[in-house]
Parts: sequence; C-alpha cells; structure tokens
Amino acid sequence: MNPILSCEQLTKTFGSKTALAGVDLNIERGRIVGLLGPNGSGKTTLMKLANGLITPTSGRLLIDGEAPGTHSKAVVSYLPEVTYLADWMRTSDVLEFFRDFYKDFDMERALSMLKNLGIGLREPLRSMSKGTREKVQLILVMARRASLYLLDEPIGGVDPAARDYILSTIIGNYEPQSAVVISTHLISDVEKVLDDVVFINNGKIVLSSTVDEIREVKGMSVDALFREVFRC
Amino acid sequence: MNWSFRPDQPIYLQLQEQIRLLIVSGVYLPGSKLPTVRELAVEASVNPNTLQKALAELERDGLVFTLRTSGRYVTEDVDMIANAKKDLAMEQIRQFFQKMKSMGYDKKAALNLVESAAKEEEQ
Repeated sequence: MNPILSCEQLTKTFGSKTALAGVDLNIERGRIVGLLGPNGSGKTTLMKLANGLITPTSGRLLIDGEAPGTHSKAVVSYLPEVTYLADWMRTSDVLEFFRDFYKDFDMERALSMLKNLGIGLREPLRSMSKGTREKVQLILVMARRASLYLLDEPIGGVDPAARDYILSTIIGNYEPQSAVVISTHLISDVEKVLDDVVFINNGKIVLSSTVDEIREVKGMSVDALFREVFRC
Repeated sequence: MNWSFRPDQPIYLQLQEQIRLLIVSGVYLPGSKLPTVRELAVEASVNPNTLQKALAELERDGLVFTLRTSGRYVTEDVDMIANAKKDLAMEQIRQFFQKMKSMGYDKKAALNLVESAAKEEEQ
C-alpha cells in the first residue's frame, strides 16, 4: 500500500524566510509518528501543507496518493494549534457540527470520551477553561474514523494528568490501519506512545528513526537525544 | 499495576520484562486470557505496536500463546512459568553480586551481609 502521507523535496518559503527546505518524508499506515523540533523548526508549516491550508513553493506532498483537496479532507482528521470553533457554541452544537461535516464522525465514541472527562453537553465553549476547550477539540478530532490524524501540539495546554488521558485516548482510538502524526516539543510525555520519530530543524529533517532503534543503538531516550541534537 | 520505563533501554524489552513479572507473580494466572493488545497498550500508555512486539517475544519464549480467533493466553505449563520465575530471580542475584563486587565485597562477604540483614528483618 502507498504511504498515507509522502513528501518529495517539499519546500515552503515565506518571502525571504525558508520554512521548509526540500523535505523528503513518508508516513506509513499503522504508525504513530512524533514530529519533533524546537520552536520555529517548520512543524506547523508541514501540518498546514498537509491540510492544504497553504501550498508548497516547490516539491510536492501527497495524502493517500493525491494532492491535498476534497479527498484528503475526507480522510485526514486535523487538530490545529489554534481554536477554530466559535465560542458561543455548546458542546452539543459542535458535535452536531462535526456530524454534519464528516461522514466518518463517530458520535457514540465522542459522547463516551466526553463523559469520561466529565465535560457537559450543555456547556458553552466560552465558559470552559483553555485546557477543557483543548480536550473538546481533541475529542472531536479523535472521534473521526480517519486514515490520518494530524495533531499539532495536542498536549501543549493541558495538565499532566489530562496529558495521560489524551495520550491513552489517542492510543485507544486510532484505527489500526491509520497513521497518527503528533507534533510537539514535550517529548518525554509522548515518547512511549510513538513508533517513529522525525527530528526537524530549520526546515530540514535531521533524523528519522524508530524509538526502539534510538534506545537500542544510542542507549538513551528520545528526550535525551533531542536535548543533545538541539543543544543551544 | 504501575508501568514505568527507564530511558536507556528499548520500551518493548521493558514491557516484556514487566509482563513476564505479572505472569510469574500470578497476576496473570496459568491458562488465563490476556487483555487485548489495545487494552494493555492503553493501560500501560504505550504504543500498541510496541506492545505487540513485546507479546510476540514472550510468545517466542513460550510463556504466552495465541489462539487464532480468541486472543492470547498465558501458558498452562506451570513448570515453564516456574523456570521463568527462577531465571528472573537468578538475574537479580547476578546483578546484586555485581554491584556488591563494585563496592569491594566478594561473594562470601556479600552472603554474610545478606544473612545478617535477613536476621535483622525477622526481628
């Protein structure tokens, strides 16, 4: 089967600034991949390109063999780093919204996750804390039965206990034939849920490996290796 | 069960070790059905593929086996479990002697210390 996401010499510049410089990358189905890099390394640019929110300057990016478009939007479930839901909506409104929008949205799954986290259906997003709003967004995204989940900083704004729940939500809910890409710099938190890691710096991929390989060959955690590679 | 992982070793090896411990200590009884890969992965908060790899290794050792349609089970061979238990204990003892040696105790001195420590515990 073709990789669910592939990039060939993918380049994106903003004016004189190069955000991505000739990235070659394949994400295989069934894998959970960590996209790891310091601030400003190009993680979010890559996520946005994969969602067709911006277009490449040169090179190409394919989702399930096609350029981002109607098909890719149907199979990709994307958690952006910023909120895009109107804050007057209640939890029940956004659930309806997602059911309308996405054929693959699993209402039952969403309801059970909301219940586990004690989030009320009648509560407007406006009156929720930042962390709770982030949880609602992640639940919406993980309740889709998508082929590719692109999660941009899914655990950045929530407390450690909720991080654990979110990570187990990801493990427990992704389809075995789907891939999950998690961009983050909170490596020690996500390390044990990842199959593969991709280190990105200054718009280039500097390392691509399995987590076990790093531990086996280097005798250190991905977190420790990251600190070594990106020492300031 | 509290799952925790050291940074210097592949996670699948540590999972293998911890599941083996659950089997030899009788938390998972001989012949009993193991939770599914997904359930165990969620419980230990680890990647399901990593957990799969750990179980596959345990299966190769013979401690667990798969029935094609109904899932994974702990072996019914109690002798094999007893052997695995002894192997684990021997490994601990080997490491203990090594550490004691690095502190300057030979085996006999280490054993004397163990004996007196055991007596103290009893009191």
